[in-house]
This record gives sequence, structure tokens and C-alpha cells, in this order.
Amino acid sequence: MRWPFGPRRARAAGPDALRRTFITPEGVDLRLELGATGARIAAFALDVALILVILVVATLVIGWAAIATRSELLVILWLIGAFMLRNGWFVLFEMSGRGATPGKRAMGLRVVARDGARLTAGAVIARNALREIELFLPLSFLAAQTAQGTADAFLALFALAWSGIFLFFPLFNRDRLRAGDLVAGTWVIHAPGGKLAADIGPAPDRARRHFSDAALALYGVYELQTLEDVLRGGRPSAVATVAATIRRKANIADDGDDLGFLTDYYLALCARLESGLLVGRRRQNKFGN
Amino acid sequence: MTARVEDQPILLNASRFRAAHAADWERLEALVSRIEKRSLRAISDDDLLALPLLYRTTLSSLSVARETSLDRALITYLEQLCARAYFQVYGVPTSAARELGGFFARGWPGAVASLWRETLAMALITVAGAIAAYILVRSDPGWFYGVIPKGLAGGRDPSASIAALRATLYPHASDGLATFAAFLFGHNAQIAIFSFALGFALAVPTILLILYNGLMLGAMFAVFTPKGLGLSFAAWLSIHGTTELFAIIISGAAGMRIGTAIAFPGRADRMDAAITAGRTAATAMIGAVVMLAVAGVLEGIGRQVVRTDGMRAAIGAAMLVGWLVYFYGLGRRRALAVRT
Repeated sequence: MRWPFGPRRARAAGPDALRRTFITPEGVDLRLELGATGARIAAFALDVALILVILVVATLVIGWAAIATRSELLVILWLIGAFMLRNGWFVLFEMSGRGATPGKRAMGLRVVARDGARLTAGAVIARNALREIELFLPLSFLAAQTAQGTADAFLALFALAWSGIFLFFPLFNRDRLRAGDLVAGTWVIHAPGGKLAADIGPAPDRARRHFSDAALALYGVYELQTLEDVLRGGRPSAVATVAATIRRKANIADDGDDLGFLTDYYLALCARLESGLLVGRRRQNKFGN
Repeated sequence: MTARVEDQPILLNASRFRAAHAADWERLEALVSRIEKRSLRAISDDDLLALPLLYRTTLSSLSVARETSLDRALITYLEQLCARAYFQVYGVPTSAARELGGFFARGWPGAVASLWRETLAMALITVAGAIAAYILVRSDPGWFYGVIPKGLAGGRDPSASIAALRATLYPHASDGLATFAAFLFGHNAQIAIFSFALGFALAVPTILLILYNGLMLGAMFAVFTPKGLGLSFAAWLSIHGTTELFAIIISGAAGMRIGTAIAFPGRADRMDAAITAGRTAATAMIGAVVMLAVAGVLEGIGRQVVRTDGMRAAIGAAMLVGWLVYFYGLGRRRALAVRT
């Protein structure tokens, strides 16, 4: 692991930009996917919203009870509860088996140690305690600025810029580490609990179309998997466009059944490319290799 | 060009593979989901024994699928399932009770003991700040208002009379003192977390924060001492103050550890140094929050019940000795054990 401000490395483009090699003890690369910046901001916003809702409801209930009973104990309860809510919410949820707050859970994110080891309490506390300077420091400078007017405008601006370094830290390193992640040795990965999508199989009671070699030699793995996405997505306009394109390229007459045609073509192309894999020939895309 | 022919259906590798192993994957998925939703204890012993086997089966399915199949949905599903299962097999924290026990028995005292250099530095900075403020305020009372914000002084400034000052040390009514202690706990704990986090900015803001804490301490002494109330003030402060100031000093030391580890990683990789320092320091910091809670109880209850200077000072001294023995008696052994 290196300090993230090292010389800029070549950046992987496209969908693999957030993929990281992660070798399990069994020797398999899990290719973990890091949480995207947008998803993490959304998760945090969701958590803050939940905290605020709980705080407001609890304040109303306790406030009403405190006025009714005139009990000092309830005020103390509120003070300590508010402290626990602000500081304990993230720590306690991330220390649980899911490794995620409700907001992160909703976005399919979870916090894990970068070395794949157990996530210790120390690490979770460190990554969340540093939120104080990442978020609350800039906010407090902002509040101080609005309170004092323009007298110390320059100083406040400087302070805001300085604290902004911590706020925008995740944008300055390729692993999207917050300052807290850096110190705690953690990162946030995207590991949603998806179901296995159904197999694209042939309809059993229907005759298949047969394709010539020339028609199947048009495309490679990339096009095959794009076709898979189209079939699983099931948008009629996409299906029609793709079917028309393939028919035109392969010089096949339109038989009016786009979906059936594409499914058959997918199966035939997939079988052909898979048989290529067995003898070590992997055709990446339509341009050959 | 196309002709419909009746022949053997094409079976893709992916389809065959799914048919052969889907049951295992689905069982693993159900187990992992149940553990994630509840806990490891929510599954039966048979399932628990099956978990690592299923995990390894699925992992080898992933390897095979990557090499022989082009079904992207299948590979994505297996990758996500393996990652989720990996973190349940290798990456989960131990049970909360064991974690908590380990924290009090080893983690906390060990972390504080390993921070002894930073703690000493922070204590010296506090004392230096206190002495400086004391001298400043004694020579020119105007300095007092520069150090202590108006809201915090609560009438305890150089112009206050002896009787007024004495009244703040031995309040008659107990109104709201417990509430105030709870408020103060929250406030101080937030400051402790803050001074820890500020350490990331190369420790400089942490040092300033601790220095300022010392300045306030010295300025208050400079108000009470000339009126002959210095010792009473010390006793009033010490009943919870030894715990509270110690906690603030430790959280400052925790911040300093992070800052110095990032600035001067020594032989270790800068990133690794930051991680080691961060985890140790965080343990010490959360311990400081626990200490502040203890200080809050002492302040809210102890100060009302105990009203003589001697008893107040004795309790404060006893607490200090207790913390020292806990950290540097129990913790030092632990810190040494970690190092070797």
C-alpha cells in the first residue's frame, strides 16, 4: 500500500475503474468493486436524515415527558442520547456483522479492512471520529463566518479552504479513501446482495433458428455480453434496434419475432465462443483480438 | 439464410454449470443473508459447519465460471456472493461482549500505555499553558478576558468578590448540576474526539487545542489564588478534574500520535504507520470518552455530596492514582507484549 499522493498511475477507464484486485487466502481474485462517490454521498445523506428524524421524534417525546413530569433525569437522558446518536450511530452499525449503516445498506455498500482481515473496533472508531474534521470542521467554520459577518472573511475563507482539503479528500486518491479510511486502514466496497438472474435458455417447445458460420463470426465476447444485457433488460426498443442491426449485418430476413431471434442468436453465438474458450481462443470483440 | 431445424438443444456451459451447482450457491446465499440480517448465532450448527465448505465450493465455481463461461450475470452474481461470504468467513468482528471485555482488559490500557511519550508531551504543554496564563493574568487582569470566553466564566473573573467566588465553589442548591454535568460530558467528549481527529492535520491543531485548555486552567487559578481560594479551587477542580484533564490530555496524545506517524513514519511505510497509529489512537480516544463519562458522574453527584476540601482532594488524588495504575501498571505489560 502506498501513500495516495504518489506519482499518478495510469488510470483504468470504464467499468473497471473501481475494481480492485483482492486475492483470498484460497488464491482467487475477488475483484472487489469500490463504492462509487455518488453512492457514498447518498448513503451518508440517508444516514443523516435518519439521525435527524430520530432526534426530532425523541426530542418531542422526551420534551413532552419532561414538561409533564418535571424530571431532571429525562433532560440528562436526552443529552447523553443525543451524544450517542451523533457518535454511536456509525460506529455501532459498522461494527455489526453487516459492516454498514442503514444508509450504506440501502446503497449496497459495506466497510471492510483493506487487508481483508477482521474489522476491529479501533478501525471503525478511527474512521468515524475523523468525520469531525472532514465534515463538522468545515461546517463550523461556515457557521462562524455567518455569525461574525464579514469582519474575518479572509480568515474564514482560508479556514474553509484548509478544512475543504479533508472534505474532498476522497476525490484526490484513486481508492476513494476518506481521511478516516486512510487512518483506519479501511475502504468502502459495493457488495449488494443480488439474486442470480435467470438463465437465458431456449424455449423448449419451439424450433430454433440455425445460423451460418459467417453470421456467427461477426461478434466477440464484448458484443455477446452487451446482447446479454439487452435480453435481460428486455426493453422492446433496444431489442428491436439490436435485432435489426444483427439481421442487416448477417444478411438475414426479418421474421417478425425479434426477441426469439435474439435469444437464438445469443445461444448460438455463446456456444460458439465458449467452444473457442475450451481450446484457448478468446475473441474479445468484433475487431478480433 | 436462417432455417428452423429440429435438433439437440444447445446447452451452454453456463446452463450446465448452473444446473449442477445452483443449489449450493443458493444455500450459501441464504446462510450469508441470515448471518448479515441477524448474527452468526442465528444459524444452526450444521449450517455453521457447512458455511466454509459452501464458501470454498462457490469460490471454485467462480474460478471455473470465469474460465469457461461467458454468462456475465452468472459471473457477477458469483463475485458478489463470494465477496459477501468472504467477509462473513474471514472478516467479521468478534462478539460484542468479547470485544468489550478485551477493550477493558487489554486494548484500552495497552493503547494508553503505548502513548506515554505523547501523553507526557501533552501534559507538559498543559502545564506550560497554565503557568503562562497564570503569570499573564496576575500581571494584567485584562488578559483574563482574552483567554476565557464570557459565557464560560460565569462571573468568575478578576473583579469578582471573595464571597461570590466562594459561592461558586460550594453551591447551596443542587439545581441542575447533574444536567450541567451531562451537558459538560457531551461537550468535553466532543472536544476529545475533535482533538483526536485534528491530529490528522499533522498534530499542530491538536497541540494548540491542548495549549488553550492549559491556558484556561491557569487563568482560572489566577482568579482564585489572590483571593486566598487557590487551594479550595484546586480541591473543587480535582474531584472530577484529575479524570477530566487526564482524559483530555490522552485524547490530545492520541491525535498527536496520528499526526507524528503521518509526518515521520520512520522505517514503516507511511500508509502502514498511519493505520497502526490510527487504530491504537482510536482505542485510547474512546477510552478517554469513557473517562469523561466517569468525570461527569463525579462532577454531577460527587461534588454535591462531598463538600469539604480534604475529601474532594482525596477523591481526586485517588482517581488519579487509580488511572495511573490501570494504564501504566496493567497497560504497560500489555503494550510490551504487543511489541514483542
